[in-house]
Amino acid sequence: MTAALQVEKLNRSFGALPVTRDVDLTLERGARHALIGPNGAGKTTLVNLITGVLKPHSGRVLLNGDDITGTSQAERARRGLARTFQINQLFRGLTVLENLTMTIGERDGECNNLWRPAGAKPSVIEEALDHLESLRLADDALRLVRELPYGRQRLVEIAIALAQKPRVLLLDEPAAGVPSSESHLILDVVAALDPEIAVLIIEHDMDVVFRFAKEITVLVQGAVFTHGTPQQIMADEQVRAVYLGEEGHKVAGASHG
Amino acid sequence: MSASAIVSILFDGLAYAMVLFIISVGLSITMGLMGFVNLAHGAFAMAGGYLVVTLTRSWGVPFLPSLVIAAVVVGVASIPFERILYSRLYKATELDQVLLTIGLAFMAIASYTYFYGPSPLTVPLPSFLTGQIDIGVRTVPTYRAFTIVVGAVLIALLWYGFERTNIGAKIRAAVDNRRMAQSVGINVDRLFTLTFALGSGLAAFGGGLAIQTFGLTPSFAVLYLVFFLIIVSVGGLGSLKGTLIASILLGVFDIGGKYLYSDAGGFFIYVLTVLVLLIKPAGLYGRE
Amino acid sequence: MAVSDIETAAAAPASAASTASARARATAFLAKRHHLRWWEALPWLLIIAAYFIFPDRLTFGTQVLIGIMFALSLDLILGYAGIVTLGHALFFGIGAYTVALLTARWNWGEPISSMLLAILLSSLAGLVSGWFLLRYRNLTLLMLTLAAAILVQEAGNYRSDITGGYDGVPGMEIWKLFGVFENDLYGHTYYIYVGVLLLIVWYIVRRIVYSPYGAALTGIRENVRRMHAIGSPVHWRLVTAYTIAAGIAGMAGALFAQSTAYTTLGVFDFDNSAKVMVMLILGGTGRLYGAFIGATVYLVLEDHLSKLSPTFWQFGIGLLLVLTVLFARRGLLGLLEDALKYFGRGAKS
Repeated sequence: MTAALQVEKLNRSFGALPVTRDVDLTLERGARHALIGPNGAGKTTLVNLITGVLKPHSGRVLLNGDDITGTSQAERARRGLARTFQINQLFRGLTVLENLTMTIGERDGECNNLWRPAGAKPSVIEEALDHLESLRLADDALRLVRELPYGRQRLVEIAIALAQKPRVLLLDEPAAGVPSSESHLILDVVAALDPEIAVLIIEHDMDVVFRFAKEITVLVQGAVFTHGTPQQIMADEQVRAVYLGEEGHKVAGASHG
Repeated sequence: MSASAIVSILFDGLAYAMVLFIISVGLSITMGLMGFVNLAHGAFAMAGGYLVVTLTRSWGVPFLPSLVIAAVVVGVASIPFERILYSRLYKATELDQVLLTIGLAFMAIASYTYFYGPSPLTVPLPSFLTGQIDIGVRTVPTYRAFTIVVGAVLIALLWYGFERTNIGAKIRAAVDNRRMAQSVGINVDRLFTLTFALGSGLAAFGGGLAIQTFGLTPSFAVLYLVFFLIIVSVGGLGSLKGTLIASILLGVFDIGGKYLYSDAGGFFIYVLTVLVLLIKPAGLYGRE
Repeated sequence: MAVSDIETAAAAPASAASTASARARATAFLAKRHHLRWWEALPWLLIIAAYFIFPDRLTFGTQVLIGIMFALSLDLILGYAGIVTLGHALFFGIGAYTVALLTARWNWGEPISSMLLAILLSSLAGLVSGWFLLRYRNLTLLMLTLAAAILVQEAGNYRSDITGGYDGVPGMEIWKLFGVFENDLYGHTYYIYVGVLLLIVWYIVRRIVYSPYGAALTGIRENVRRMHAIGSPVHWRLVTAYTIAAGIAGMAGALFAQSTAYTTLGVFDFDNSAKVMVMLILGGTGRLYGAFIGATVYLVLEDHLSKLSPTFWQFGIGLLLVLTVLFARRGLLGLLEDALKYFGRGAKS
C-alpha cells in the first residue's frame, strides 16, 4: 500500500553547513510517528523541507505516491498536507472563528469568490464551529485570537491544521510554550486525532512521545540516527547516550515505568 | 562614439558617481544595519549644502573647511533625531518608516524654502578649484577632478575604517546578523547611533560637494532621493563595495544616456534598476 | 477585517454562555457582518448635501470625489492586502492618458467609452506589472514600483510630440455626457456623474472586501506564512487585488482628465503616489471609509492652506504625517472610533 508520506534521501545545506543529511522517513496511513532528537538536530528544518518552505538540494518527497518535491507550499497543503508551527502562526487580529472559516474557505475554494458575502454560506460557519466544538473552543469563537491565553491559542493552531482535513499532519512541538497546567488540553487533542490521518509529531517531552507514538525516528545532526518502535528506542543505549545531559533522566524514568 | 566622448562620459560619470556615493553610503550602511527605510536622508545632505552656503557666504569660511564643519555639525545634530524619533520606529512596519521620514523630508524642504528661498544657490569656490585642468587625454573641469580625488580618499578611509578597525568589524558583524552581534555583547543601539551620525555627516559633506555638481534648491531632498534609493537598493544594503559600484553604474549610465539621447536619456538608470532588482532582489552585493 | 473595530469588539461575549447559544451568536455575527450600517449612509448624505450647500465649489468637489476613488483603490492593496508600493500613480496616469490621447490623437471624446477603455488598459497594466513585481517585497518592491512609474513617465517625455510632455496634451476636447450634458463651468454635471460612479466603485469594493476573497486578502496581510501553509494561492490573490486596484485608479485618472480637460506627465509623479498614500493614512487604512475621510480632509486643507502659503502647507502636511505615524496610526477614522468607544457608544451593530 502506498505510504501517506515518503521522504527519500533528503539533503539540504545552509551554505557549507549540512542541516539535513540523507534522511529517509515513511509515514503509513494512520501513522503515529514521533521525530525526536537533541536541539539543533534539524527537526524543524526537516518539516520545512517536507512542507515546501525550503527546497532540498537532493532527494524526494512523496505524498500518497505523488512526487511533490517540486511543488509549492500551498500546493502541498491543497493536496492534504497540514502542519502546525513551533511558534503559533495565527491571524491574531481576527476572531477564532474567522481563523477557521478562512482555512475552510481556502480549502474549498470559497476564497476565489469576490462577490458573495463571506457570511452567506452557513455550511462553512457550521463546519468551523464543529471543529471548534471538538476542541472545546466554541465559547471563544468570537474572541480575537490575541486575547486568548497562549494555551488556547495553541489549540487554535491545531484547529486550523485539522480544518484543512489533511491526510498527513505534521505537528511541530504542539505543547511548546504552553504552561503545564494547560498542556493536557493539547495532549488530549493529539491523542484523539482521527485514526485515518498520518501524524508526525516533533516532541521533546518523552512522556508524550511514548504515550503517543507507535514509531520513532531519532534525528541527530541532520541525519537519521536510528528508528524503531518505542520499546526498541527506549532500550537503545546509544540513544540514551545522545540524550545524556538533555533528556537522559526522562528516558531512564520512562523505562522504569 | 568617439574615444574622446567615451572618456568624457566615464570621467563625468565618475565625478557624478563620487558625489552620489558620498551621500548614499551612509544610507546603505544604516539601512543594512537597522533595516530602517530613511527617506529623509536627502534632507541631511541638503542641510549640509545649505550650511556650506551660509558658512562660505555669510561667515567667510573657505569652501574646504566649510565642508568639514558642515559634516560635523549635521552629524552631531542628527543624533537627537535618531534618539528621539527614529529609534521609536525600529520595530515598526516599513510603511510607517517611509511615512515618518517622508513627513520629515517635507518639513525640511518647507523650512529651507522659508529661510533660504526657493531659488538655486551657489557657493563661492576657491580659485584653485575653478577652471580646467589637463589630465593628459583632454582638459576637464578642475572641480570634477577634485570630486573624484575627494571621493577616492573617502573610499580609502571608509574601507580602512570598515575592514581594519574594531568599530568597523562590529558594524560589519551587526549588519550581517544583528541578533548574533547582540548576543556576543555588541551594543547595537549605540553602534547604530554612531553609524547614523557618521552617515548623516557624510551625507552633509556630499551635499556640500553637490552644490556645484547638481545645484542646490530646497527640493534637493526629494529630487535626488530616487538616486540614493536606487544606489542602495541596486548596490545592496550594508555593502560599501555595492554602494560604490552602484554609484558608478548610475553615474556613467545617466551621463551616457543623456549624451546619447539628451533629455530622454534619463530612463537608462531606471531600466538598469529594474533589471538588477528583478534578477537580484537584494542588490548586487546584498544579503538575502 | 470589519469595516470598524467596534463591530468586532461589540460582538465579543462578556461571559461564557451555553455552547448552543454561543454557536447561534457566532453564526449570526458572521452572517450579518456585511449588512449596511446606518452610519454608512453618512458619507453619501454629505456628498449629496455638498451639492446644495456649495453650488459654486462643485468643480473642486468633483476633484475630492476623484481623490476618494483614487484613495479607495489604494486601500484595496495597501489597507487590505498590506502591499506597500510607491508607484500607484502609474495606473492613475495610464487612465488619464488613455482619455487624453483618445481625444487629442483620435478625436474620440466620448466620456463613457473612453473611461471604460482607460479602466481596461490600467487593469491590464496592473495585471502585468503585478504578476512580475508582487513576487518581491520591502525595499525591492518599493523601488520596482517607483521605477515602473518613472519609466512610463520618461517614455512619455521621450515622445512628448505625442504626449505633450510636461506642458500637457494639447487639444483635449471631451464630448457631452450622453450627448446631452456638458461639463459646465460650475461643474454640476460632473459632480453628479463622478458621484454616481463613486457609488458604483464603493459598492463593488465593499462587496469584495466582505467576500471570502476579501477575507483571504486580510489573511495575507495578517500572516502570509499561515496563508501559504493552508494552501492559499497567495501570489494570485495579490495580483487580482492589484489588477482591480489599478483599474479603479485608472478610472479615477480618466475622470480627472475628463473633468479638467487637461493632462500632463505630472500625473505619474512620485508626488502623486505619495499624495494618495498620505490621504489614505490620514483617513485610516483597511476600513473603506478612511479613503473618504482622508481624501476630503487632505484636499480641503490643501485647497485652503496651499493658497495662503505653499511652504506652510508643505510643512503642515509633513508635520501631520509625522504626528499621524507617531500618535494616530489608525488615522482619523481610528481617532473617531476611539472617541466613540470612550464616550460609551460601543454597540454599533
